[in-house]
Amino acid sequence: MFTEIDTVTLDEPATERSSTKPWRAKRRIRGKPVNRADDSCDTKTEWVSHVSRIRDAQDQAAFAELFQHFAPRIKAFLIKSGSDVTLAEECAQEVMATLWHKAHLFDPTRATVATWVFTIARNKRIDVLRKQRRPEPEELGWGPKAEPEQDDVLALQQETAQLRDALTALPEAQRQLIEKAYFGDLSHREIASQTGLPLGTIKSRIRLALDRLRHAMN
Amino acid sequence: MSNKIKHHLTDDLLMAYAAGSLPEAFDLMVATHLSLCDHCRARAESFDAIGGCVLQDQEASAGMSDGSLAATMAMIAKGAPIAKPSPPGCSVLPAPLRDYVGGDVNAIRWRSIGMGVKQAILPTTRDASARLLFIPAGAAVPDHSHHGTELTMVLQGAFSDEVDHFARGDVEIADEDLHHTPTADITEDCICLAVTDAPLKFSKLMPRLFQPFLRI
Ligand SMILES: [Zn+2]
Repeated sequence: MFTEIDTVTLDEPATERSSTKPWRAKRRIRGKPVNRADDSCDTKTEWVSHVSRIRDAQDQAAFAELFQHFAPRIKAFLIKSGSDVTLAEECAQEVMATLWHKAHLFDPTRATVATWVFTIARNKRIDVLRKQRRPEPEELGWGPKAEPEQDDVLALQQETAQLRDALTALPEAQRQLIEKAYFGDLSHREIASQTGLPLGTIKSRIRLALDRLRHAMN
Repeated sequence: MSNKIKHHLTDDLLMAYAAGSLPEAFDLMVATHLSLCDHCRARAESFDAIGGCVLQDQEASAGMSDGSLAATMAMIAKGAPIAKPSPPGCSVLPAPLRDYVGGDVNAIRWRSIGMGVKQAILPTTRDASARLLFIPAGAAVPDHSHHGTELTMVLQGAFSDEVDHFARGDVEIADEDLHHTPTADITEDCICLAVTDAPLKFSKLMPRLFQPFLRI
């Protein structure tokens, strides 16, 4: 069931971990070096430690860096989702405040910080723009482990980076449709034509993390 | 948590849930199923990862206004909003449903719709509807067809119809083409969550008389 995981290479994150400026480090995807100026997020496992610094020490400096990176992106995302500028700004602040308060719930073996921030921003959009409740799945036990296995964290980051590259490589029209879907502009029926995305590897990784969590609960 | 679920949610529903574009009733169905099914929870979280990539690719150049970080720190200093704890109870209804019902099965306010079948409509936005259905052991829900999409998930007991056998966690997805007569297993009363984006049509037995009471 998890055979896809076997094909994932884990050599690269070690160099990223040792780099003091990982956002300038060259990234290597499937053997090819990749350089991307704004390549600052999914491969930056450092964001994970920013969140733990907030969780463990209410570290305001770590928060300021996260804010600087994510708040403008959340704002841009909400504007593209139909919000006006003022409301988007307000909501971006609230999303960042939620990040602070929920830092203990972030599980880096199942999501990157960017993915987690996206889910908070999405829920804010449903709440504020659509004025709708957002049912979420039952929490798993007492939440993620305080100190997850580093290999699991790195593997998840790596697979998210690969997913991002795969999305970038899609034909432009399809990529734009996917963006539109995530801005909330496609109905469920319109989304039906957008499935079949390359999610096998990351899905298996998350499933493995869920199995571990269940195991720890029992 | 059951590993025996064999009827899962579709990719398009999971992606729409991740994108945040489903009607509330459908969000409730997805959240309830994910609470019981790690297979679909992993699929849903991988669709979240696409959202993470989209977020990350946003232009940061527009920036935030001056003082926005300070304003956010002030917001944080006021403390976390009090999270409404999910009502206690941990058997039949998963947490998202308990939030709508206000408790577990014994808190459901059933209304009879005839022949022992009961329903409880849950408060959601009107673009779709969600209700709990109670079907006595061995009883059948009258043959009916569907407008739009209807999803039915078993919470207790099991039912069979022309398609297959459905047990706790299993979701049956019905569209216009499906005419079916779900029949509850004889061993236990069956409780289901049903959501639809259009009114149910009953083709016999459940006469027009009942339609006003369905309120959907
Ligand atoms: Zn499932």
